[in-house]
Amino acid sequence: MDITLQSLVFLFMAAVMVVFSILTVTTRRILRAATYLLIVLFCTAGIYFQLNYAFLGSVQLLIYAGGITVLYVFSILLTSVQGSKGDRLGRGKFFAGLCATLAGLALCLFITLKNRFLAVGSLPGELDVKEIGYSLLSSDKYGYVLPFEAISLLLLACIVGGIMIARKR
Amino acid sequence: MEIRMEYYLVLSTIMMFAGIYGFFTRRNLLAMLISVELILNSADINFAVFNRFLFPGELEGFFFAMFAIGISAAETAVAIAIIINVYRNIRNIQVRNLKELKF
Repeated sequence: MDITLQSLVFLFMAAVMVVFSILTVTTRRILRAATYLLIVLFCTAGIYFQLNYAFLGSVQLLIYAGGITVLYVFSILLTSVQGSKGDRLGRGKFFAGLCATLAGLALCLFITLKNRFLAVGSLPGELDVKEIGYSLLSSDKYGYVLPFEAISLLLLACIVGGIMIARKR
Repeated sequence: MEIRMEYYLVLSTIMMFAGIYGFFTRRNLLAMLISVELILNSADINFAVFNRFLFPGELEGFFFAMFAIGISAAETAVAIAIIINVYRNIRNIQVRNLKELKF
């Protein structure tokens, strides 16, 4: 069993992602949770790069790590109450949540590892950006111009809705 | 050592259940939203991995992951607008204090 550089990088990123996604949901301070989320999102972009989806990785970096996390940090700073550490959950509810999570995790891991996936051939190399652009804006079969336009309308509606909800009256 | 498809799936499963655990146990609206981001992110990884390993010639999972990223950005923006509005009205964003929808 030889360990290549790629598998080392994958193992490192996987370990960082597991540790920090658990830290995200267990830390008591919410600003730290946002920072840990940022690290998880960076590592997810690394996973996409490793899958040879460089475009998806850069979209992840731009939108998630660049946009959403900044939005989170701003709203945390806007809504944090001085001296409030947040409610402690009751012991019974805490253990109920933990047990439900562990049971679901065990079930899903069992199904995933039990399943035999189809054998794959050789994986192709880097996905061409030209191909992505053509199929994103084509209206033929396997063209994605309709969801592209729909999501642009959705984003416009979100901008208007966000301003309407959050404006001062 | 070859990186198999199951490794990615185990990784995203652990991340998804970390998000579900956070959604169950956190009592702050923003912390719950961060947990939802973890869940969405793990679903995106699954789409990309299935596309890459099972259907390498197609692009469906790729585009689904990309549109999911855009939709989650929109969802976050609207949710944060609502949360800021809630904070302006009751000076608190703990779930316990949210008893009525309209102030």
